[in-house]
Amino acid sequence: MTPFRLASLALLLLLGAGAEPAHAERLIASVSNHRVTVTPNYAGEELVLFGSVEKDAQTPPGRTTYDLVVTVRGPRADMVTRRKERRFGIWINTDARQFLKVPGYLALFANRPFDAMAAPEVQRRQQLGLNNVLLTQRVGPDYADVVPNDAFRSAFVRLQSQHGLYREDTSAVTFLTPTLFRTGIPLPAAVPIGTYEVEIKLLADGTLVTKTETAFEIVKVGFEQFVATNARQNGFVYGLVTTAMALMTGWMASIVFRRD
Amino acid sequence: MQIYLPIADLPVNIFLLLAMGAAVGFVSGMFGIGGGFLMTPLLIFVGITPAVAVASVSSHIAASSFSGALSYWRRRAIDPSLALVLMIGGTLGTALGVATFTLLRSLGQLDLMIALSYVVLLTSVGGVMFWEGLRAMIRARQGAVATVRRPGSHVWVHGLPLKMRFKRSKIYVSVIPVIGIGLLIGFLGAVMGIGGGFILVPLLIYLLRVPTSTVIGTSMVLTLATMMIATMLHALSNHLVDAVLALILMIGGVTGAQFGARAGQMIRGEQLRLLLGLLILAVGIRFAIELVIKPDDLFTIRETEVGR
Repeated sequence: MTPFRLASLALLLLLGAGAEPAHAERLIASVSNHRVTVTPNYAGEELVLFGSVEKDAQTPPGRTTYDLVVTVRGPRADMVTRRKERRFGIWINTDARQFLKVPGYLALFANRPFDAMAAPEVQRRQQLGLNNVLLTQRVGPDYADVVPNDAFRSAFVRLQSQHGLYREDTSAVTFLTPTLFRTGIPLPAAVPIGTYEVEIKLLADGTLVTKTETAFEIVKVGFEQFVATNARQNGFVYGLVTTAMALMTGWMASIVFRRD
Repeated sequence: MQIYLPIADLPVNIFLLLAMGAAVGFVSGMFGIGGGFLMTPLLIFVGITPAVAVASVSSHIAASSFSGALSYWRRRAIDPSLALVLMIGGTLGTALGVATFTLLRSLGQLDLMIALSYVVLLTSVGGVMFWEGLRAMIRARQGAVATVRRPGSHVWVHGLPLKMRFKRSKIYVSVIPVIGIGLLIGFLGAVMGIGGGFILVPLLIYLLRVPTSTVIGTSMVLTLATMMIATMLHALSNHLVDAVLALILMIGGVTGAQFGARAGQMIRGEQLRLLLGLLILAVGIRFAIELVIKPDDLFTIRETEVGR
């Protein structure tokens, strides 16, 4: 076992231990739509997450303000980030870094800046903010996340953000009452298909109080699903049909536009 | 109106795609080229990944060249025997090209290889065509009779054995360069994701002395054959042919190609060559500029493996 893996294992244990004690509050949350269907006219959508904080007898009496962090993770995929350098007068890809099983969509929403919520140590442990989310890279023979200002990591986050796939908004979560909250989950048009995990963390006085999870999925239906499945599973028939379609279109056009 | 492309996983404006198809179709009908070297970069510009663009464009070119070939067939502007011999080489070349493509991809740097071959091929072919067309036009302007070098002028190609008479083109040449040209076009088409008509037409004109009357129609037949094979191979190997995207491009493409073919018949041969040369040169230079100037972003992301 490499030191990196040991470290992440220790981190996991810590996380598990940290979430256990003091079940003073309960989090209830739900998204407005658990199944987003991609239809021919799909052009992005915005889901709404609603939730409430339920106090019980064990809740410390003085505790009135809460902090919330909502993390949405899309289906995971391996990505490669390449860097261009000038060689022999032209710009070519020289260096590359592989990102392993990173979410295709990643959004972090909070009710106020992470720095105001918790100490940097807690932020790191709870993966609050794009800078603290674990993005595993292949570094030589090891797997590890690197410092947030690593050139490849920051370029990766920046490019994903430009496509609307990675986002961080520390004013997106709004408390309607001291215990009732809502936030929007904007999904861009070119959104990855698959299961999305939503993790809601409740913080108070700079520490994690409790957390809950929910999920939604983005699926292709009807014609889109039919085409995508057949392209993947019946390549030969799909190719034949596409070729036949090409010939038909060409032939029909020459009939329609025939003038002689 | 937005439409969602099932394989490209992307919504695009249907009218934009139709317009792109029509514009490229017009050019392809006019010059008797597939138009892949225009369509593929355009699709990438819209946001479709290069792999999907290349795979889907091949079926679009097949449709475009089929409708073009049909109208040339009716005008008896196709040399069937020449097309058949070209196809033998083309089939072989396409298979070879796909194998090379796979090898290049496993070695990495495929994008760079594609860009470099675009630059080298487009600027050289476009440059030569432009220059030739310009000289022919200057000669015509000066009142000199356009020198028709065809009969009697022999190049080294005419010394090769296995000669065959291609009646409709009124040429008598060895089949070796014909198969060789087919092989080259099939190979380049598969590796670069283009129809290859813009290289094929000048090769047929300058090397084999195929007359302008049959060169475009015949080249369309070869393009049709290689692109059909390419579509099949792309659908079989990497499942990246987007049928919806292809269909929209086709509808625009075949419509444009009809008008293009008519426009092409109205323009004189050397002017046609000058225009095409200019167009090819422009695309080649654009690729060269992209390689030379500092890119806006030095970093790129590519998905390597979907973790589903």
